[in-house]
Amino acid sequence: MKKKNSKSTKKETPALRVDSSSVVLARPESLYDVENHYCAGCGHGIIHRLICEAIDDFGIRERVIAVAPVGCAVIAYDYWNFDVTEAAHGRTPAVATGIKRVRPDNIVFTYQGDGDLAAIGTSEIIHAANRGENITVIFVNNGVYGMTGGQMAPTTLAGQRTATTLNGRSLKREGYPIKILEMLAVLPGTKYAERVSVHSAQEVVRAKRAIKKAFRLQIEGKGFSIVEVLSMCPTYWGMTPIQSADRIKNEVSTFYPLGVIKSC
Amino acid sequence: MAKIKINKDKCKGCYLCIVNCPNGLIKVSGELNIRGVKPAVFSGGKCTGCGMCALVCPDCGIVIYK
Ligand SMILES: Cc1ncc(C[n+]2csc(CCOP(=O)(O)OP(=O)(O)O)c2C)c(N)n1
Ligand code: SF4
Ligand code: SF4
Ligand code: SF4
Ligand SMILES: [Mg+2]
Repeated sequence: MKKKNSKSTKKETPALRVDSSSVVLARPESLYDVENHYCAGCGHGIIHRLICEAIDDFGIRERVIAVAPVGCAVIAYDYWNFDVTEAAHGRTPAVATGIKRVRPDNIVFTYQGDGDLAAIGTSEIIHAANRGENITVIFVNNGVYGMTGGQMAPTTLAGQRTATTLNGRSLKREGYPIKILEMLAVLPGTKYAERVSVHSAQEVVRAKRAIKKAFRLQIEGKGFSIVEVLSMCPTYWGMTPIQSADRIKNEVSTFYPLGVIKSC
Repeated sequence: MAKIKINKDKCKGCYLCIVNCPNGLIKVSGELNIRGVKPAVFSGGKCTGCGMCALVCPDCGIVIYK
């Protein structure tokens, strides 16, 4: 970390104490010091940073290969200071499978939105998990298609208004919101599935722990790990960031319960 | 005592840091920043350096000094 003022007696100390064993700097090395394009209060910014902290904690920055999605995070490679490639919409698990099989010593993860993973990429995620690919998946569930204007996603809650469900999602018309982790948990190939959130500082600490665990399992060669992160999309929820955080706490996380769904 | 520094022009004005400070030490500035939003500012006081504010900042705009 750069010393801002070498004359000052005040030392710039690590800003974030994320768990007892790790102390993390305000901006991890894996995260470029550039502005991100995300809306105010968007969860993507927090999740990007947590991934970078986890990678720095393990000292694996030079071994990581990420596969970025189609969605608001499509240009994540502009923010991450490690190798990143891109896949067609929903196909990151297939691309990650290929990379990991050819380069097993690399740490390979996909970063996917709920449109990417739970709609167009449903088949890819199920089969990657079922094959027990030794990859890590960071699944950002914000309940809408952010990038394209806030349309309904398979994860959209019942009654939620979106650009394509103007009067709220009707279970009769649009079906039920999908609990992807619970679905994947029945597959023997899935070794670790945890749902976390970034709506408060406490939950951010838990999210970091889960992301680290998922990477650790891959480093140990244990197989498929997935962390679902409930994330704010204030813009297409039509709310302020604070209201969005409250919505996760009071509504979203009651339908999508936080915690370990599967661990073995 | 600890203190924080908020990078005023990085701040997008989400105010998640404000609601996450257990001691209520962050407030909304009266002035606009370069983006045209009123950034969060540290109002001083008994900062414990707990890091809650920085943990929730989506834009890495907060540094903590101890
Ligand atoms: C093959 C294909 N179909 C559709 C699209 C349009 N499209 C772009 S992003 C997106 C959904 C993004 O939603 P999500 O994955 O939830 O990411 P978010 O923006 O919410 O983070 C869609 C449908 C596309 N780019 N490619
Ligand atoms: S549209 Fe939603 S998901 Fe996309 S950057 Fe804005 S807040 Fe984030
Ligand atoms: S959390 Fe960051 S971006 Fe949001 S108001 Fe605070 S300093 Fe600004
Ligand atoms: S470090 Fe803790 S006490 Fe200090 S301003 Fe941030 S949240 Fe408040
Ligand atoms: Mg989404």
